[in-house]
Amino acid sequence: MSALLTVTDVHISYGKVEAVRGVSLDVGENEIVTIIGANGAGKTTLLNAIMGVLPLKGRTTFAGTDMAPSDIEDRVATGLSLVPEHRELFGTMNVEDNLELGAFRIAKAVAATSLERVYTLFPRLKERRKQLAGTLSGGEQQMLAMGRALMGAPKLLMLDEPSLGLAPIIVADIFRIVGELRAAGVSVLLVEQNAQAALQIADRAYVMELGEFVLSGTAKEIAANKGVAASYLGFQHEGESAI
Amino acid sequence: MNTTIMLFLLQDGITNGAIYALLGLALVLVFAVTRVILIPQGEFVTYGALSYAMLATGQVPGTVRLAVAMGLVAFALDLFFARKALHAKLVMRSVALNIVFPFALLGLVYALVGPHTPIAVNIALALLIVAAIGLFLYRIAFQPIAHTSVLVLLIASVGCHLALQGLGLVFFGAEGLRGPALSGAAVTAGPLRFTGQSLAVYGLTVGFIVALWLFFGYTKTGKALRATAVNRLGARLVGIRTTLSGQIAFLLASVIGAISGILIVPITTLYYDTGFLIGLKGFIAAIIGGLVSYPLTAVAAIVVGIVEAFSSFYASNFKEVIVFTLILPVLVLRSLAAPQVEEEKD
Repeated sequence: MSALLTVTDVHISYGKVEAVRGVSLDVGENEIVTIIGANGAGKTTLLNAIMGVLPLKGRTTFAGTDMAPSDIEDRVATGLSLVPEHRELFGTMNVEDNLELGAFRIAKAVAATSLERVYTLFPRLKERRKQLAGTLSGGEQQMLAMGRALMGAPKLLMLDEPSLGLAPIIVADIFRIVGELRAAGVSVLLVEQNAQAALQIADRAYVMELGEFVLSGTAKEIAANKGVAASYLGFQHEGESAI
Repeated sequence: MNTTIMLFLLQDGITNGAIYALLGLALVLVFAVTRVILIPQGEFVTYGALSYAMLATGQVPGTVRLAVAMGLVAFALDLFFARKALHAKLVMRSVALNIVFPFALLGLVYALVGPHTPIAVNIALALLIVAAIGLFLYRIAFQPIAHTSVLVLLIASVGCHLALQGLGLVFFGAEGLRGPALSGAAVTAGPLRFTGQSLAVYGLTVGFIVALWLFFGYTKTGKALRATAVNRLGARLVGIRTTLSGQIAFLLASVIGAISGILIVPITTLYYDTGFLIGLKGFIAAIIGGLVSYPLTAVAAIVVGIVEAFSSFYASNFKEVIVFTLILPVLVLRSLAAPQVEEEKD
């Protein structure tokens, strides 16, 4: 399987504090990969750095090209997309405007078909398309954030805690849709505290602790691992807020 | 006081208010997109007005040389910031924008300048000059510090205002200038006489407000500018270049400023430092509009213009005092309505 994203020996620091130390990972085409771990393990930091929001030391390539010289906007144009933890929607604009801006780098004709696809995936958004994004419920905002990212026709979608603070029924809905993305040819890098749900849909998984990967393997192996079961599956705290 | 005088004052107030409205809208636009409180807006007014007035007398205004100089600095900055990853495409784009454009403008000014150049050509040249200065001003002074706090941006803005005003004295001298009217036509309605100039002021103001409304409500670029204003990180994550948004905002603001100047300079004599006071009145309107609302800003600007007209009739010594005092009750009300001062998170 050819790797879409490769991250090799990456270090990320906030001033003198090293938040991520020597992490390597790869995501193949049509693959769902998850990073699980507790609060403050460095998962969000890692995703932000891969997107270019934070600077990193180490080597990263996307679709075979070195990502070092490109900034966030260039990375979006090459098909990398991040749905950030805080969603970063355009709150005072309506749902449809938010989605259209998601296709900012895409030709208008392509964007029109993407919009239909997003509305098929998230019928709720179509019902609310003239409503301001800031007035949506948490679950709808998460759907909008994912929809907006999908409008840019990404090859790899990075999701940061999509289940955070959402009701279980909506979490199930969102995970079902993440599973469907693979059929549409989108790879997913999923960061989650809800390890159980993440391991059910993922192909492979990495376990992160204190800025390092302590374990990696297929989702089944990780789910069967006794240490993981004790730390992440047995004592699952739903809806716990991240730092 | 009789009705005729009142009508005259109203007419005067609305004409000035329309100009303030244009400037206020530009201030709101720039603040929304870049968080810069654009103090040098007044200099765009003077530069536009006086460049136009000098071109009309057949002289080459110094502002065009300033545009070339700023272009060179902007080019140097582009090269410096991209030194780690210099692509041919990037350099070519920078050369075209920062070198070719101002030098072409310089050539154009020298080729076309003369005492008999048509008014329309002079206006176009003056607008292009100020547009270039506005664009480069963002690149040089604000783009490198775009991520800093509103206060830092404000201080940079004051610095730009002082520098541009000083340069204005060099370019235009201490003497005031007047420019030729856009049209000599006049319409009489009852006791009021509407000159072609004041009609142009109304027409352009309304036109700009409608154009801005259409631009922000219905075009992709306009929506992208709004998105940048609402959420910078969100905008970057969908691939909107926030630096480009800033450049577009400054370009629009400088052109609006220059147009305002060209509209006023046939009515009143402008000096190199007049723009600041005019800009401040637009600023009051923008503050009343909370630096966010375009319609409220436009209405407030008309009120400022009318108050100014009446106070200059009744108490001309206190004209500015009365106008600027308008801001106090507004600030008090706003601080009561929003007790907590929120500094943006990034």
